[in-house]
Amino acid sequence: MRLFILTACLAGLLIPAMARAATVPVVIDNYAFSPKTVVVHAGDSVMWTNKDSVPHTVKALDGAFDSATIDPGKTYRFTFAKAGDHAYRCGIHPEMRATVTVKP
Amino acid sequence: MSNDYEDDGPTDPSRRRVMECATWIGTGLVWTLAGGIPTTLAALGEASAAEAKFTFLQISDSHIGFKAPAYPDVPGTLTKAIGLAKSMRNEAAFILHTGDITHLAKPEQFDTAHGINQGAGMTIHHVPGEHDMLDPGKKLYLERYGKGTKGMGWYSFDAGGAHFIGLVNVVDTLPSGLWLLGQEQLSWLRDDLKSVSSSTPIVLFAHVPLWAVYPQWGWGTADAPAAFAMLKRFGSVTVLNGHIHQVLQKVEGNVTFHSALSTSFPQPAPGSAPHPGPMMMMPADQVTRHLGIRTVKYRTGQSQLATIDKTLA
Repeated sequence: MRLFILTACLAGLLIPAMARAATVPVVIDNYAFSPKTVVVHAGDSVMWTNKDSVPHTVKALDGAFDSATIDPGKTYRFTFAKAGDHAYRCGIHPEMRATVTVKP
Repeated sequence: MSNDYEDDGPTDPSRRRVMECATWIGTGLVWTLAGGIPTTLAALGEASAAEAKFTFLQISDSHIGFKAPAYPDVPGTLTKAIGLAKSMRNEAAFILHTGDITHLAKPEQFDTAHGINQGAGMTIHHVPGEHDMLDPGKKLYLERYGKGTKGMGWYSFDAGGAHFIGLVNVVDTLPSGLWLLGQEQLSWLRDDLKSVSSSTPIVLFAHVPLWAVYPQWGWGTADAPAAFAMLKRFGSVTVLNGHIHQVLQKVEGNVTFHSALSTSFPQPAPGSAPHPGPMMMMPADQVTRHLGIRTVKYRTGQSQLATIDKTLA
């Protein structure tokens, strides 16, 4: 337990020292991604939270990422290493579309 | 068996009740009627129903595990649907289940559904919905229902003089969102049909519609035309699907498409809502009017299949 607390404290100290990677939230609700367009920088993450009553997925059209099933109430996080534009959709509900733009 | 049937009440009143509740949609597929909407509804009355040589049922989209304010008890509505099926088990040979047994493909959801479905006391032939195959490897569905099937769960069997083909179109999609049967399954279908005579009625059943109901919502199967090219030589092809939780019908040449009601929640008509999700604003007393099961009747030698969609109301 002590070791765990110590590790946790160290991790807490280390985070600010690392690159200022942000996590940008995207909500999945009512069969839509919100916001529909997000702009992040290389190294940042996007975290999708499924607030709907049905399962959804997050699937890049260029194959860069694919969450597989995100059950209601669950999240999926992806870290973008490189700059680029990624259009994505829900793998189950094709009308749900959005984009992530990654700047250098 | 016969005792249970008698418990349900005298035959005549129960049949009358069936007729009152039944929503008659484009029934009476006459295969010589190419491209038109069948007009034999009136002919398929109570008498002809009694003459049916072969009858089976279709149940779809029970979504065990789904819960919303308007749909608080999907196990309850499935139980009601299964009760209806049970009341018809003396005339119906079996049930076709066109997928989405569960909402999230969890083991306990499959268990609950199985427990309720068993209550019908009838054989159930399954094909998966995409909600049944959400787990990596699709193992939960295939371990339970995939025995004796090919690939991701497709198969065929003969019954009542017709050839039944269960197809799987819930595994892959195109970037557009339309679903796919895939080359492996199409090759299997080609082989499967080789030994079937052209005069044999074909019944295809799958989860997602095999015609383009509304591509914007992914309500269609992109490579279904390749399957129908193989089915051109058959006099009568009936296609039954679920997925869109509503009764729709289309006739195209020798093929009649029928989309079924769900036992869990209704979805909007194509394009009538911003998205295809459950109709959340449904008043509680209206819900069972939008849920139901289907009876399909086939008269040997007449190449006619009639569908009767009966609501839970």
